[in-house]
Amino acid sequence: MSPVTIAAQDSATMLWREIKHSIRLLRLLIVSAILVPVVMLLLFDYILGGTIGRGLGDAARGAPYIDYLVAGILVMTVAGGCGPTAINVTMDMTGGFVDRIRTMAVTRGALLAGHVGVSVLRMLVATAAVTGVALLLGFRPKASVADWFAVVGIVAAFSFALAWLSAAIGLVTKSVAGANGSTLPLSFLLPFLSSTFVPPGSMPAGVRWFAANQPFTAVVDSLRALLTGAPAGNTPYVALAWCAAIALISSLWAQASFRRGGAVT
Amino acid sequence: MNTLTDHATRTAVSVKGLCKAYGERLVLDDVDLTIAEGEVFALLGPNGAGKTTIVRILSTLISADSGTAAILGYDLRGEAGAVRGVIGVTGQFSAVDNLLTGEENLLLMGRLLHLPATERRARTSQLLERFDLVEAATQTPATYSGGMTRRLDIAMTLMGRPRLIFLDEPTTGLDPRSRQIMWQLIRELVAEGVTILLTTQYLEEADQLADRIAMLDRGRIVAEGTPEELKRRMPGAHIRLRFADAASLDKAAREMLEGTRDDEELVLRIPNEGGIRSLRNVLARLGDDVAVEDLSLHTPDLDDVFFALTGNAPEEKKS
Repeated sequence: MSPVTIAAQDSATMLWREIKHSIRLLRLLIVSAILVPVVMLLLFDYILGGTIGRGLGDAARGAPYIDYLVAGILVMTVAGGCGPTAINVTMDMTGGFVDRIRTMAVTRGALLAGHVGVSVLRMLVATAAVTGVALLLGFRPKASVADWFAVVGIVAAFSFALAWLSAAIGLVTKSVAGANGSTLPLSFLLPFLSSTFVPPGSMPAGVRWFAANQPFTAVVDSLRALLTGAPAGNTPYVALAWCAAIALISSLWAQASFRRGGAVT
Repeated sequence: MNTLTDHATRTAVSVKGLCKAYGERLVLDDVDLTIAEGEVFALLGPNGAGKTTIVRILSTLISADSGTAAILGYDLRGEAGAVRGVIGVTGQFSAVDNLLTGEENLLLMGRLLHLPATERRARTSQLLERFDLVEAATQTPATYSGGMTRRLDIAMTLMGRPRLIFLDEPTTGLDPRSRQIMWQLIRELVAEGVTILLTTQYLEEADQLADRIAMLDRGRIVAEGTPEELKRRMPGAHIRLRFADAASLDKAAREMLEGTRDDEELVLRIPNEGGIRSLRNVLARLGDDVAVEDLSLHTPDLDDVFFALTGNAPEEKKS
């Protein structure tokens, strides 16, 4: 077998392992990955949506608030997958399992590949489920088939970027609680400081610039434009560029941390 | 199967001048080791002596600061990949996957070892059978006892048929029955010709299992040899005679010039360096009219040796 075949085989094995893990933790994952974003959707649409929707003005383009909101909720759904990924990586690194893998002739990157691969898979499944719930609640997208493909592509790219980022966070944190805490800015703070719920232009001057220019806003804006049939301009490219940059830096960071874990290469 | 002489001539582990420091603290200080194939070699020492550090270096987990090491002919530095292909490691901390069932854990090892599917399954059921885990096969280790988890851990290590197995404190924390089972398993492995490097803080364990023992104290090897050799280095072997009355003790003490007497217990201790020959001698000199209640032979155990060499009593129990 060539090294490439072995690397692919080892990564597939680790993917299989992580899928098994996800199935074992299914109830937990459904709550954190699907129920939490659905609750956010309900809170912001039903309870706060009336006032926020009226306050949006032109940004709503005459549609109900839910049509504005869903793009941001999808981004929150992806970000909500960061916690479990970081926790799984930390658990592997702090337990004895990773040492066993390191004393075997297993491709070095396979363990991380498995974590990242299944993390992306979980994020995509959760986003699909949340989209389904949003449709039931009255979300009416105006996207063409091509737009939908673009939406899936951007969600996948964003998932890939955040999966690597949370794997890297999981590698450098020493405890499960630490891993969970370190991903909270990703899953809660950054969505609020973006165009998820309201346009950054309506925010106080101190955070306005940050909210308008941070990566979550680029992803939310591009998804919103594609889903509501508004002109997307260059936002999809900006979003994809952010995703590529985050994925690249995070994966280098993760691999360096994994090596620093001590193995003789 | 290799013949016995073949085993004796081949080297499984060869270590020279191994040093390792963490910052200012020197954890290994010029360690030399030679382990022959098919041998059980025990690293004996208290917590913090450097046992686990040696295992972590030899199993490619961390690198040494200086020194050379070869595992079954492969250089540890240059050929780490080849080394990993011939070793199996069961560390001090459980290395089972707690979210997979016992069976899935073994299948996972099979996949990572790139075994064909049929062999993977056959070997998994063999190992489940052998390690008495058939009933627990479909459960996750969360429901296992400490002994069962350790057995699964070692079964996973054996999946790849390693030629050299590292067992880092294999019985620490196990109840006495699980410890007996583990010892039996280790003896079976040895019978199959596998080389074993085990670490332990239990003197009895090293005595029971090991062909050779290296005593480690603060990063240095302070003694090395077979259990018998190590015990022989320790003066203090003696014959202990207990008498029925003071008159017999007096009489015997006059005959035996070098004995030390204990009048309260009516006991006489006579140094016995010569084994059976000097025992026969002592009995002959006692004569028929001395009433001996009890006779016992005392040989120093590894505890005595350890204490004599390091000035520390080894830690006896650890939870």
